[in-house]
Amino acid sequence: MSEVKFVSPETLEQAVDEYSKSSKEGKTKILAGGTDLLVQIRSGASQPDTIIDIKNIKELKEISNYNGSYTIGAAVAGAVLDEEKDFGNNWPGVLEALRLIGSEQIQGRASLGGNLCNASPAGDSVPALIASGATVNVKGPEGERNMPIESFHAGPGKTNLKNGEIVVNFQFPKKQKHSGDAYIRMIPRTEMDIAVVGCAVNVTIENDKCVDARVALGAVAPTALLVEDASKALIGSNFEKDAVEKAALACEAACNPIDDKRGTVSYRKKVSKVLFKRALEKAIERAKRG
Amino acid sequence: MNEMDNKWIGKNTIRPDGADKVTGRAEYAADTIMPGMIWGKVLRSPHPHATIKSINTKKAEELDGVFSVATSADCIDFPVDTPVILGIQDIRWMARNVLAKEKVLFHGHPIAAVAARTEEIAEKACELIEVEYDVHPWAIDIDDAIKPDAPILHDFIKFDGRPSNIAGTLEHKKGNVEEGFKDADIIIEKEFETAAVHQGYLETHACLVSVSPDDKTTIWSSSQGQFMVRAMTSFITGIPQSSIRAIPAEIGGGFGGKTIVYLEPVATILSKKSGRPVKMVMTREEVMRASGPTSASKSRVKIGATNNGKITAAQGTFYLQAGAFPGAPIRGAAGCCLAPYDIPNAHTFGYDVVSNRSKVAAYRAPGAPIGAYAVECVLDEVAEALKMCPLEFRLKNAAKEGTKAVHGPTYPVMGYVETLEACLSHPHYKAPLKKLQGRGYASGFWFNAGGESSAQVNITEDGNVVVTTGHPDIGGSRASIANITAELLGIDINRVSVIIGDTATIGFSNLTGGSRVLFASALVVTESTNQVIDILKDRASKIWNIDKEAIEWENGEARPAGDNAGKFKPLSLVELAEKATPTGGPIGAGHQVNTVGAEGGFATHICDVEVDVELGIARIIRYTAAQDVGKAIHPAYVEGQLQGGVVQGIGWALNEEYIYNKEGKLDNPGFLDYRIPVCSDLPMIDTILVEVPNPKHPQGVRGVGEVPIVPPLSAIANAIYNAIGTRFYSLPMSPPKVLEKISD
Ligand SMILES: Cc1cc2nc3c(=O)[nH]c(=O)nc-3n(C[C@H](O)[C@H](O)[C@H](O)COP(=O)(O)OP(=O)(O)OC[C@H]3O[C@@H](n4cnc5c(N)ncnc54)[C@H](O)[C@@H]3O)c2cc1C
Repeated sequence: MSEVKFVSPETLEQAVDEYSKSSKEGKTKILAGGTDLLVQIRSGASQPDTIIDIKNIKELKEISNYNGSYTIGAAVAGAVLDEEKDFGNNWPGVLEALRLIGSEQIQGRASLGGNLCNASPAGDSVPALIASGATVNVKGPEGERNMPIESFHAGPGKTNLKNGEIVVNFQFPKKQKHSGDAYIRMIPRTEMDIAVVGCAVNVTIENDKCVDARVALGAVAPTALLVEDASKALIGSNFEKDAVEKAALACEAACNPIDDKRGTVSYRKKVSKVLFKRALEKAIERAKRG
Repeated sequence: MNEMDNKWIGKNTIRPDGADKVTGRAEYAADTIMPGMIWGKVLRSPHPHATIKSINTKKAEELDGVFSVATSADCIDFPVDTPVILGIQDIRWMARNVLAKEKVLFHGHPIAAVAARTEEIAEKACELIEVEYDVHPWAIDIDDAIKPDAPILHDFIKFDGRPSNIAGTLEHKKGNVEEGFKDADIIIEKEFETAAVHQGYLETHACLVSVSPDDKTTIWSSSQGQFMVRAMTSFITGIPQSSIRAIPAEIGGGFGGKTIVYLEPVATILSKKSGRPVKMVMTREEVMRASGPTSASKSRVKIGATNNGKITAAQGTFYLQAGAFPGAPIRGAAGCCLAPYDIPNAHTFGYDVVSNRSKVAAYRAPGAPIGAYAVECVLDEVAEALKMCPLEFRLKNAAKEGTKAVHGPTYPVMGYVETLEACLSHPHYKAPLKKLQGRGYASGFWFNAGGESSAQVNITEDGNVVVTTGHPDIGGSRASIANITAELLGIDINRVSVIIGDTATIGFSNLTGGSRVLFASALVVTESTNQVIDILKDRASKIWNIDKEAIEWENGEARPAGDNAGKFKPLSLVELAEKATPTGGPIGAGHQVNTVGAEGGFATHICDVEVDVELGIARIIRYTAAQDVGKAIHPAYVEGQLQGGVVQGIGWALNEEYIYNKEGKLDNPGFLDYRIPVCSDLPMIDTILVEVPNPKHPQGVRGVGEVPIVPPLSAIANAIYNAIGTRFYSLPMSPPKVLEKISD
């Protein structure tokens, strides 16, 4: 890395303005916690000439709760969100996914926005965000728009953000009564690792019946997936064995993984079923509690 | 001296390097800087195997900010057909590993190096170096390297009269195995493989070298031997050893991997050519790609026993991958694997196989874990077939004092049986297990070593002590030497300071390896300290005007003894130091010798695992390591050695592996995908320090650092079998492999 311009705007407008000025693709980079970006710069994978630090922009660091519907700034660090007690009571699955990222040190910086925009198929918070039904608010030179998480990614390392667009915050739906979410990942170690498979489940239960369900998988395809067939299998069921098995098979079928140094295709498929069942169990337990 | 009276030996004294390390003051190799210093970077091969047709460095030299460029043309030329042996290394290979000569032999092989004002400029200049290659097919794995039409790495290496990648063999034989197998009621034969694993030291290789116009060279680097650094740099650059001063830095882990050089000769050439001090620091990726892991292996082991549990014959064949140049640790595999047992008929073979990977370097008991893995797993199967407890089975066949080992020697007093007995009577042995949990056992052996060592013990003017030794302290040798010196002199530990000298301030001392350092340096320090005590008595005799023989040294002071007892007030070390000048001058003594009498170390481990059969994850839930440590001079450090070795073994068994892609390049050159265990992966590792003192050593020291990595691979494999009834013959037992096998 040679000379790099570093800017630290205090308004979203300034940031968008600076970001959209960059003509060459990838030469201007947004910096949130930097726990992905700095690693990429050091390895030479990313060679920006301009870095825009977004941590001084108020909207991106804010956490608010309007009528039970949370808005979380894109640059809020995991450790900060963890201190927001009630968020974890509402979305334990999202919080546990974010909190799985890295270590104590990484948690002081790593953000939901960074995890999403880095667009790794294995990003831990993404399946949990998809399962929660959250959306993102995005601002660019042409104004603001809102996108569901499941349509945010275009492929490994690629998003559907347009030139100059910055993720502002995450908009969570109001948590339903008797609903619960959970995220589980498979890693060979117990921490400091990257998900070989990740699975998030969010269910709502009424009179022992599943009335709503969202299931998402990570690290099994070019992008994190919303598994709609799994939702279909669960909704209307009492989580009886057949329904769960059908949903698990839907997870397996949705997988479109690759063989790589982290796991084989057949391993990822088998594991997606197992993790689905374990995450479902955890989500049901949470749903019954609250 | 009565054990029980020991004041310092066997005590967990405060570590002399502790305060500096926890406060960040300790100086590692990358911490040294000099005025005018420039940065060196290495150009590395993009191919796993190619002939170098030409190297053009002109554009790099012309880049603004570049001071010098080095290639193998700047090194002394060592013809490929003439061995130049230094310890266990051959300088022919070392020179070509440091800067490739005729060929590049692995992806990441250094070709040239540049020194420039900044690291960035040096990197850019490396990209400007033009290399013409003639690219060849490559062989990464052992099977690819030994198949009939394998690409040959070195034309001059012949096996069975033909060019081959088998660079060497080794054999140990005892009795007659054919006859032995005839006497067996049960015979089990299995094949095994292990992946290449890296030592995983956190501190990457680094050095700073300054060559003055008269060639006087100073090297600051982190290594396991400053004298090794001096010698190898001298060989490769042609600068005489007397002109090189190698200063050892604190070391951030080595585990054998820092027993050879990578950067020092290169930085020396760059500094000599530029007239500037040159600093070089490897990245983690460079460490993974181009410094030495230990061998991948393939082996076959056959063991026969009678129905009443006596082993009648054992046979083992071990192929160890050496990387680009000959030198796989076949002696550790073929020599250590049967060492714990009294076996009448045995035959082991080792094959040293070159392939297009980075040259292997020593790694903690080099080769021994590979040999033990296969043997100890087969023993577990034999014990099972005989319906015997695996520990009782080992006890029945254990080598003892007087046993003739398969690798040659007849054992003196040794503590293998004691490690088995310690395990049998440990609560872990009988602790209940739950479903999907299992327990495994394994034993291990390492030769240990002696060799050259030098020490100097000086009394300061204020009556304290400075001890200088010549081996980098990688496992607590300073603390142990302080304990021994304080004990011998009868003074408080805080009055003893132990330092590691550089090559100009202390006599030749062989590198820190082979678990030799405390054995060797305790010998020379003991001798030096005894000489000092002798001098002190002599000084007291002058002051009192009595015979030296009528004086004894006790509790830090000279006391009149015999007829003179009580006649004079004892003279303390401080008082004698004060009177040093009038009684004859400075007080100090040194000793240098090739130490002999090192004896092997034995260990037995118990491991509990729990297997998540849906995900294929094996977790270690309890671990106990029993080892004959001779004498634990500083028990906390000894425990640390045992625990560290076990942890590295756990990584080797479960997740660590060099993964190559289709282009012959390492695919996981970093700690994210090369998975060493993290703290949360591990239970407390319990240790049982069995002390059967080495009779050939003044303090009974045996060497403890390497044995503990020998048993874990098989202890874990055996435990997994015990938990789920599936045997694994291939390491690592990583989740995808485990799940695939159990869902078959
Ligand atoms: C040691 C270590 C361990 C890790 N472990 C894990 C893990 O277990 N699981 C996991 O999923 N990840 C892990 N990561 C990756 C990383 O920590 C996470 O992806 C983290 O959430 C990234 O957040 P950040 O704020 O640091 O992002 P940054 O590095 O600041 O940004 C990441 C990318 O997103 C872009 N970006 C960031 N914010 C915005 C925005 N608001 N709008 C537009 N673009 C934006 C940046 O330009 C960059 O390309 C680990 C990283 C390290 C170093």
